Amino acid sequence: MPRPRVIPGLGLTLGTTLVFLALATLLPLGALVLKTAGLSWSQFWDYATDARALSTYRVTLVSAGIATSLNIVLGVLTAWILVRYEFPGRRLLDSAIDLPFALPTAVAGIALATLTVPRGPVGALFAPFDIKIAYAFPGIILAMTFTSLPFIVRTVQPVLADLEPQLEEAAAILGAGPVTTFRRVILPELAPAILAGATLSLVRSLGEFGAVVFIAGNLPFQTEISSLLVYIRMDEFDYVGAAALATVILAFALVVLVSMNVLQSRLYRRFHG
Amino acid sequence: MSAVSRLPRVPLRGHPRRLALVLAGAGATGLLIALPLGAVFYYALRDGWRAYLGHLSAADTLHALGLSLLAAGVALPVNTAFGLAAAWAVAKFTFRGRRLLISLIELPLSISPIIIGVAYLFVFGMQGLLGPWLDACGVRLAFNVASIVIVTTIVTSPCVFREVLPLMLAQGVHEEQTAVILGAGGWQTFWRVTLPNVKWALVYGVCLSFARSLGEFGSVAVVSGSVRGETNTLTLQIDLLYHDRVQTAAFAVASVLTSIALVTLLVKTWVERRESSSSS
Repeated sequence: MPRPRVIPGLGLTLGTTLVFLALATLLPLGALVLKTAGLSWSQFWDYATDARALSTYRVTLVSAGIATSLNIVLGVLTAWILVRYEFPGRRLLDSAIDLPFALPTAVAGIALATLTVPRGPVGALFAPFDIKIAYAFPGIILAMTFTSLPFIVRTVQPVLADLEPQLEEAAAILGAGPVTTFRRVILPELAPAILAGATLSLVRSLGEFGAVVFIAGNLPFQTEISSLLVYIRMDEFDYVGAAALATVILAFALVVLVSMNVLQSRLYRRFHG
Repeated sequence: MSAVSRLPRVPLRGHPRRLALVLAGAGATGLLIALPLGAVFYYALRDGWRAYLGHLSAADTLHALGLSLLAAGVALPVNTAFGLAAAWAVAKFTFRGRRLLISLIELPLSISPIIIGVAYLFVFGMQGLLGPWLDACGVRLAFNVASIVIVTTIVTSPCVFREVLPLMLAQGVHEEQTAVILGAGGWQTFWRVTLPNVKWALVYGVCLSFARSLGEFGSVAVVSGSVRGETNTLTLQIDLLYHDRVQTAAFAVASVLTSIALVTLLVKTWVERRESSSSS
């Protein structure tokens, strides 16, 4: 880095950035927290922990957790085959992975819901076994899995491509089979990338709204997610209730982001000295 | 991401285990992506092209398209300017709190759009910090077109930044330093050195930002007031049609947004081919 600074423009660019952030992010989020701060502690506690709110936390957390776990398996597998093998359609698949980033979530929501209702083409396959996807818990997981699919593929892919071939050669020469080599040699190298991707995937799933509301059925105490309850409270003109819930969700997202960041840098240090 | 592996890719002939891995991975991921994509166009065109075009040219839909384009038209230049400025500040200088700043910039992508919409109303709504005061001045910024435009801009603000930053970080500061030492001014350095270096990432970032701002749903649903034919964007129109059980119409509108998403992916693929061919 230049010392003394050669490149001009720090004042202008950093100033623009900070002014924009202050107006676009910090002012609204500050106003939200301020609204909540108007409540007494016991009022806040009542809003944040009433039975319906608690059930939305459970639904959101459990489905986001399952969706992220599914994405870890699917994402590592997909990154692996994209980097290591040559097969027809590989380039197409590689390009298509990013679709969930570009496709509006509401569009994903109505498409997934229409496919998986009991009379839809995919739902009909599961209906004979009495498995409901749309308007039930699996639908929420499906929507979250779809919208956060690219994260793990895209964080793992470059790390996998950049691995030293010698590592695997050494493992093979020392007698490790392909499964052992993957588990003991490759997976530890990928761990920080997987964790980074899983964090993004989890946070995205926790905050997903558009795709989920169309497929969830949105029954209170059963398939209602936290963001939707905030929306409903606003619609009912219960502004403080909405503010209290929104503050809980915001705080939780920040805690997840920060703790995963800390964990990630520890993991990185453990594997790279 | 055309990551070039240090190991050559192996063909599958004669390796049943590898073939099984590929079938499982490509099958699951491929279906997860292809099925919703196919469904959009199948249901949109189920009643034929005439009905499809009829749905698209309905007055409410065209109005929603105009409003979405307006929101995207404002969000795009603002986010491009903001993204380039922020990426320049973060990539070309070191200062304390740089990582925190990056997280803050990317925050709108990490939290629920509902939270952003609600937080926005706590500033500009009648129950908000500035709402009553602005109202007394004759300015309304809630439940109208202005609020849709502003909220869309906020939610999609990190799009360009995120695509441009990795490249700017990777390229470092040497070229800019050289330019400045040779007598170039700040703007000249930016236009002649930095911008050409990141132009393809910028093109993709702009496309993604466009697709995302046209498709923003949650935050817009909170602040719009959803007055049919007035403050309805394309995604709110999809929501309305879908719940009115006019399925083909909802999917017809959805097919427009899906096509834009597909074009975005094409641009990305093209940009990456250019980058990998220029670097090798």
